[in-house]
Amino acid sequence: MNERAQLLLSLADDELILGWRNSEWTGIAPFLEEDVAFSSIAQNEIGHARALYELAARELGTDADALAFDRPLEEYRSAPLVELRRLEWARTIARHWLYETADAIRLDALKESDDEELAGIAAKIDREEVYHRIHAEMWIDRLLGTDEGRGRLDEALDELWPYALGVLDDALRPELVRRVEAKLGRAMQEVAPIARGRHEAELAELHEEMTMVRRSAPAGARW
Amino acid sequence: MTAVYEVFRRERAGSAMQHAGSIVAPDERFAEIYAREQYGRRGESDALWLVPREAVNEIEEFVDEFDLKYRRVDGYSIKERLKEARERAGAAPAQPGG
Repeated sequence: MNERAQLLLSLADDELILGWRNSEWTGIAPFLEEDVAFSSIAQNEIGHARALYELAARELGTDADALAFDRPLEEYRSAPLVELRRLEWARTIARHWLYETADAIRLDALKESDDEELAGIAAKIDREEVYHRIHAEMWIDRLLGTDEGRGRLDEALDELWPYALGVLDDALRPELVRRVEAKLGRAMQEVAPIARGRHEAELAELHEEMTMVRRSAPAGARW
Repeated sequence: MTAVYEVFRRERAGSAMQHAGSIVAPDERFAEIYAREQYGRRGESDALWLVPREAVNEIEEFVDEFDLKYRRVDGYSIKERLKEARERAGAAPAQPGG
């Protein structure tokens, strides 16, 4: 598989898995308005995944559904950060903000790409991500505003930090450190990134659930 | 901690703003995101107004002591008068050819 297809699949897998994880809050988010907003963000992420899979599918001579649902677990290129199942709100918000911050850096770099198609889709995705970032940042500001919020957020951020570093490659990582430290007004620990290439145990369960309908349908079934 | 915001939405430029519903949010930034997601994500709105409920000046008392029904938008009922007129007519039927 060429580098372009690998890159597209990494991006698409991140968005699909995170979209799925965020959708696990549907119906049980802390309050109704947040439930609707967070579910909508989850849907957007899955929409981005679809667009990215379609580009990758053209390159690989297959289709988006096959890439999303027919690959064996080991072939997914998602970052471990998005695979974690965190049914606790402070960690969910911490992951959401860390991911959106890393994703913004990655999209900025892609928008500058010589590959016009890639630059175009990055710009298109980024126009929607703006609202995800506003959502994530206002939550961070809110949590930083009280001692209890700050304490819980800091704990979650420290725990997820090596995972967040793993979303980006070596070249883009320093920018993530800069942005995160600037927002929090504190230094983050220097730790080894938990990079893509290995998977969290929780992903197996999600993969099973995510591919269930596809596996149960006869080949070529149309919906 | 939280406040209620009344949301008004406009379907297309040139139409009137109409009350869409209300949302509960911790502050205006949250309210904006929530309003976008609840009343704008399906392309159903071309503009939204967000108004803190406390900014709304509510009036809910209307006096009509002298029964000036004819000023109402739905006019006034002639049912009773028609009934009375029919009774009068029935009591004194019109004469044939009269």
